Amino acid sequence: MTDAYFLPAAIVAHAPALLVAVPLILSTVAAAIPSGRAAWGLAFVSAMVALLCAIELFLGTRGEYAIISYAMGGWEPPYGIEFRIDGLNAALLLLLSSTGLLALLFALPSVADEIDKRKQSLFYAAFLLCFAGLSGVAATGDAFNLFVFLEISSIGTYAIIAMGHQNDRRALTASFNYLVMGTIGATFFVIGIGFLYMATGTLNMADIAQTIAAQPGNRVVEVGFAFILVGVGLKAALFPLHLWLPNAYAFAPNFVTTFLAATATKVAFYVIIRFSFDVFSIDSGFVQNTLTYVVTPLAISGMIVASLQALFQSDARRLLAYSSVAQVGYMLLGLGMATAAGVAAGSLHLLNHALMKGALFMALGAFAYCYGVRRIDDLKGLGQAMPFTSAAFTIGALSLIGVPFTAGFVSKFYLIQAALDNDWWWAVVAILAASVLAVFYCYRMLVTIWVNPAPTEGLLPNGHIRKVPLLITVPLWVLALANLYFGTNAGFMVDMAQTAAQAAINGGVS
Amino acid sequence: MLEMLSERFVYVVIIVLMMTGLYALIATGNLVKRMVGLTIFQTSVFLLYITMGKVFGGVPPILDYKDLSNGTLDPNQLYSNPLPHVLILTAIVVGVATLAMGLALVVRIREAYGTIEDDAISEADYSLELEKGV
Repeated sequence: MTDAYFLPAAIVAHAPALLVAVPLILSTVAAAIPSGRAAWGLAFVSAMVALLCAIELFLGTRGEYAIISYAMGGWEPPYGIEFRIDGLNAALLLLLSSTGLLALLFALPSVADEIDKRKQSLFYAAFLLCFAGLSGVAATGDAFNLFVFLEISSIGTYAIIAMGHQNDRRALTASFNYLVMGTIGATFFVIGIGFLYMATGTLNMADIAQTIAAQPGNRVVEVGFAFILVGVGLKAALFPLHLWLPNAYAFAPNFVTTFLAATATKVAFYVIIRFSFDVFSIDSGFVQNTLTYVVTPLAISGMIVASLQALFQSDARRLLAYSSVAQVGYMLLGLGMATAAGVAAGSLHLLNHALMKGALFMALGAFAYCYGVRRIDDLKGLGQAMPFTSAAFTIGALSLIGVPFTAGFVSKFYLIQAALDNDWWWAVVAILAASVLAVFYCYRMLVTIWVNPAPTEGLLPNGHIRKVPLLITVPLWVLALANLYFGTNAGFMVDMAQTAAQAAINGGVS
Repeated sequence: MLEMLSERFVYVVIIVLMMTGLYALIATGNLVKRMVGLTIFQTSVFLLYITMGKVFGGVPPILDYKDLSNGTLDPNQLYSNPLPHVLILTAIVVGVATLAMGLALVVRIREAYGTIEDDAISEADYSLELEKGV
């Protein structure tokens, strides 16, 4: 166990478990109390605890190949369930809890606006389930435990997406479709784990890695990898398995979209990295071939096709949802290169994408809160009416395009560099083409916002207009400024991503 | 061929169930029937796990306390693997939760749309979009 940095040593010793247990336990409490505000308080407290634990774990994993292993319930791994934190998932946990906390600040006004008063505490309970599940997926070192956490987070997600039905009944069908596809994905994942268990007789991921390395060319293991990749690919919205995503993001409550866009697909993407590089070895031919001949072409077609689809959307959040699918393509392209530089670039884009999509969806949430607008055409003139929120939105959009001095530029720069190291000039062409498409769809929104006179009345019932509450402005600007800050001082993020890539590639058997 | 099928009869059953479930899921437009297909699909995976826990000639892994304390356990005794059963207990709980969530959504969809047929739902949404000009 590593030294404690600022929390008491007794808490640090159990930090990996507390990270998951606190939100999980508080979610049952939140479900039992009737007041929505009190439930929000509980959610905020658990996100705060998770953030403190995540920072502590993050500092603890900074060393060379430093791994924090936590034996759940005192049962030694590989027999018991192990929580295993290294540079890769420490970065993810930090991202998860910090964006979760920022999104929760935004939640207080936004959820009060969109969700029926009597259902708010249940809504926060479901959110805490989702949050605990995502943290669990990121923290666990046990393959079957990962499935259970994946399903916990998914069931919470289905519930909170469906809560958007008070604005638009299509949230219900979107959530149902996500449920059907998500369950198929999770079941594929279990089939894959089953095959691995047949071949290795263990469920601990580090232990599986060692056992697989001893039996090269085992067909059962290869089939297991295929099932796992497809199953988690569905959750990560790997093109063409992304069909659940646009509707789910477009019709969910604004807070849910903000949180999910910044975290949910990222966690699934982490699982893909973990399995491709850590559990299975990149040295075995089938992983290398899968990444080069399956993941890379899908990533590139996803980047292009989803960006094209984004061009023709009329709903602002649906447009950004398609753009998210394209961004997942960028991350997977980094993964497909199967080099340390590629994985680092992919992870860097993962972190930065959470910053920009968080800012963009939060700004759209602010527009919806003040003017009740959802379609791009209705954003007309909001630049005059809400200059600060629009400016934050603009920063997010520029970062999404990859304009210099924004976070998006840095990650695309590293991605292109990694592609050039591999002599993949066609990948560079694809990255640039998708960025040009991003220019077009961001241009559409930005022009509508800035080059129009301010609207005189909102689309809220009885046409009145609300001011932006401070609880929306603060997290929005924190994210927007983070986009600018990490665009000019990229060192911290790049270091984090490179440590993560090193941990992914070297971590497993060490 | 026939020999191979009879040897791996359980796997044949699992694959048939799995494909039945997936087909039902894709082919029907009725949301409740889709949940049925999904459940059949999941159940086939449960069977896959149960199958891998079976060891031929193995007995249930229940140890006699007297044998355990006197050290008279037979080291050559084969036991079935209990771990997959435990895993599947968890997976069944997860499956039931998903089914409940799905059926709850179907109830709400029926309240909002008045139908649980996929085609009718899409049509209702489409005509609403045309009306609103979204």
